[in-house]
Amino acid sequence: MLFYDLFQETYFALSANKSRSFLTVLGIVIGIGSVIAMISIGQGAAKNIQSNIESLGSNLLVIMPGSQRAVNTMVRGGMGSATTLTLGDAEAIKSQIEYVSQVAPTVSSRKQVKTTQGTNTNTSIYGVDETYAAVRNITVSSGSLINNTQVSNTSKVAVIGPTTRDDLFGENADVVGQKIRIENLEFTVVGVTASKGGSGMGSSDDLIYIPISTAQRYLTGNSSVSNINIQVSDEKIMTSVQEQVTGLLLTRHKIADPLQADFSIMNQADTISAMTSVTDTLTLLLGAIAGISLLVGGIGIMNMMLTTVTERTREIGLRKSLGAKSKDISSQFLAESVALTFIGGIIGIIFGWLASVLITKLSGTTTSVTAFSVTLAFGVSAAIGIIFGYYPARRAAKLNPIEALRYE
Amino acid sequence: MINCQNITKSYQTGETSLTVLKDISFEIKKGEFVAIIGPSGSGKSTLMHILGALDKPTAGKYFLNDKDISELSDDDLAEIRSQEIGFVFQSFNLLPRASVLRNVELPLIYDTKTLRSERLTKAENALSAVGLEKERWHHLSNQLSGGQMQRVAIARALINEPNLILADEPTGNLDSKTGDIVLETFKKLNSGKGHTIVLITHEKYVAEHADRIIEIRDGEIISDRSENHDGLKDK
Repeated sequence: MLFYDLFQETYFALSANKSRSFLTVLGIVIGIGSVIAMISIGQGAAKNIQSNIESLGSNLLVIMPGSQRAVNTMVRGGMGSATTLTLGDAEAIKSQIEYVSQVAPTVSSRKQVKTTQGTNTNTSIYGVDETYAAVRNITVSSGSLINNTQVSNTSKVAVIGPTTRDDLFGENADVVGQKIRIENLEFTVVGVTASKGGSGMGSSDDLIYIPISTAQRYLTGNSSVSNINIQVSDEKIMTSVQEQVTGLLLTRHKIADPLQADFSIMNQADTISAMTSVTDTLTLLLGAIAGISLLVGGIGIMNMMLTTVTERTREIGLRKSLGAKSKDISSQFLAESVALTFIGGIIGIIFGWLASVLITKLSGTTTSVTAFSVTLAFGVSAAIGIIFGYYPARRAAKLNPIEALRYE
Repeated sequence: MINCQNITKSYQTGETSLTVLKDISFEIKKGEFVAIIGPSGSGKSTLMHILGALDKPTAGKYFLNDKDISELSDDDLAEIRSQEIGFVFQSFNLLPRASVLRNVELPLIYDTKTLRSERLTKAENALSAVGLEKERWHHLSNQLSGGQMQRVAIARALINEPNLILADEPTGNLDSKTGDIVLETFKKLNSGKGHTIVLITHEKYVAEHADRIIEIRDGEIISDRSENHDGLKDK
């Protein structure tokens, strides 16, 4: 049997029973469509988190304070409560450890920020020096970044994120030179950072940078730092640098037992892989839920094909008596089920893609339809056509022509 | 062309076995028009299935064009049916919702030796041979009358230029007038183009259109005689 004939026979068979074919295809459309849409949500989340993390720099080690130890007691403070990280630690790391290209200490705090117009917002305040921008890949869309002169002068200047600017001054306002008040101190806005995307808590668009010395003097009132960001010159030696930094800080803080360390080091690569595994699980979960509807669609195909084979028993008998071999009969029925899933697959991909666009529009959740999910959905639908069509096709092919011709 | 040697067919149902054909032997030469007549249950349908390569005998040999059919696999039998045999059924068995031409072409899609470009010409020739009016060729098969349907079925049986046309009660679903037209069509194909035709029926009147009548009863041939057609015309 030629491919052209197979195609024509399939077309005639499916169009002879349009409403049944339509409903069966609908089952596959819903299955494939939901797989595409669900995976797009999962992958959108993964992309979102990944770009959030990568926008911070991927060859980054962040030293965070651990818990405060009181001498000779078993009492430990909460995580991050230690105030033992200092600018001296930062300088020591910079000067003593190899492959460290930049060291940027920060002081962070969360404060209410007001403007003279009366608008206010609660946001993160980061005390930084000039190196911070380079380490965290920060650029400005207008004005300038915090520089070391402002740090040494303890200037009351601020660089604000685009979301903070929108909250305080309205969208895309020109704010360089405007005043904001933090803790009743007046700061002059000198720049707005370029948007990095991302939303929610910890967004790199919703924050305010001020000179680190200003933050220490007016906001925290002590000389400790909240984080030390270390840029490593080569991503491959992150772990070894991390070990060296740990050793150096333990010595400087006079701690013998590494388990008692009053700081912890976050490796950006570890964070990415941890988050990736979370989003992978999410994608898998969503995909599996959608997969169930695809399975139901596949069973619908099988149901239809079994009915078709029974209904067309006489036709099968006739075709066999006219010289059709078993292979001709089975490929004819297999072609019908594959055609159904193929059509359902294409429409399902379109619907799934539209659904994911709609989800992004309506809920703001990032979605991402990738070539991978399209290929997967298509492969799965073709496989479903073959798997669920195989049994009915075999049944048709095995029919005895004499009995099939007598079938009423 | 057809050579049956001691054909026996029995069916096993549980403990009991039922012998439908008992040691049947006969020969049919190329160009003959033979009727096989017998009451229902005589085994004539089983004999037709064996002659049509739809079934294999339990014992004995069946040679079609000197080829032993009794030992072939199912797919090889399908090949024989595609190349050597044309079937005409009592209930026509046309594909509904398909055009007359498509119905006639149908056997050729399983015959990979025929080029697609030749199909239409062949189908048109076959339809001309059975005398179906040209304006009906593009009609759907279920819009035709019984007599027209059966002629389409005959055209379908002719399309692969078979050595043998097997007709199983071809007039069974037709009134006597249209039945006569169909029988005339067979006669014309036999006398004009030399097609070998085997017609299975239980009606004596239908069988009398053939040149030779083989009568079977209870799985055995009880008579095999040639007909005198001159007498028929007087009826």
